Amino acid sequence: MSSYKTAVIGDKDSILGFKTLGVAIFPVTGAAAALAILKQLVADNYGVIFITEEFARELDDVIAELNKRFLPSIVLIPNSKGTLGLGIRNIKQNVEKAIGADILFRKEG
Amino acid sequence: MEIRVNPTRMELNRLKKRLKMAERGHKLLKDKRDELIRQFLILVRKNKELREQMEKELSAAFAKFLLARAVMTAETLEEALMYPTRRLTLAVKKQNIMSVYAPRFEWGEEESGRGEAGSIYPYGFVDTSAELDISIETLSGIMPQLLELAEVEKAVQLLADEIEKTRRRVNALEYVMIPKIRETIRYITMKLDENERGALTRLMKIKDVVRAKM
Repeated sequence: MSSYKTAVIGDKDSILGFKTLGVAIFPVTGAAAALAILKQLVADNYGVIFITEEFARELDDVIAELNKRFLPSIVLIPNSKGTLGLGIRNIKQNVEKAIGADILFRKEG
Repeated sequence: MEIRVNPTRMELNRLKKRLKMAERGHKLLKDKRDELIRQFLILVRKNKELREQMEKELSAAFAKFLLARAVMTAETLEEALMYPTRRLTLAVKKQNIMSVYAPRFEWGEEESGRGEAGSIYPYGFVDTSAELDISIETLSGIMPQLLELAEVEKAVQLLADEIEKTRRRVNALEYVMIPKIRETIRYITMKLDENERGALTRLMKIKDVVRAKM
């Protein structure tokens, strides 16, 4: 059992509040910077990385690759402008991958 | 399509053993897949619930934060948040779900020794707005949920991969391997039977020839 760190990547307005909780914050302004920081965090033994959907959208393939690993766990969070629905979409995709059909979100009838 | 083999009795025995093995493997993998799916469904429902709840609460916290940002100058805000009173510590354990290893997070909070002990607010109340307090309180309340979500979501992703793999294997056995072996076994038995009949007719013919000469 070892100790890991937690980080948040996103636009400054959204993530500043996380600082008070003792989570490391990494404000970025573009997807390229977000990617660089993400790579660095992965190498740096971070256990949980929260990333706003706004940037996660641009880093889809990198995140998909990281999701196959044991760690880190990457969690998409909405930013201050609201959610883009990416997190829910990912759950849907997982269900479709595992079951073959979307049985969780299917509308009745 | 059958496998290319010599139609011998030895080969037949070997194939029959392989068929038995393949069928056993198929059954075991199918059971594994079913159990994986059951676990997966439980987790994914939880995942969906947690995420929906989290997104709602986090959006609310962010909205409050935005308000706080609007009424305070950027400098005061950053100054207020500069030194957190707490540090989040995260320990990772392994949990085993049907031999899929997923992380299990255990978190604790450490006082960083600055400011008042036990307070979630790293600042005095003089220069800051009430919206900031509310926003930080909400955020602090969401944190356990966020970490739980991190755990569940990871497990769901890993399980989904594993289920996909297992399903491929089950299908490969069921629709390719097993029919192929069955087909080959049939081919060998037919060939062996044919040889036997061939030998029998030859014997009868020879017997006729021999008898006619006497």
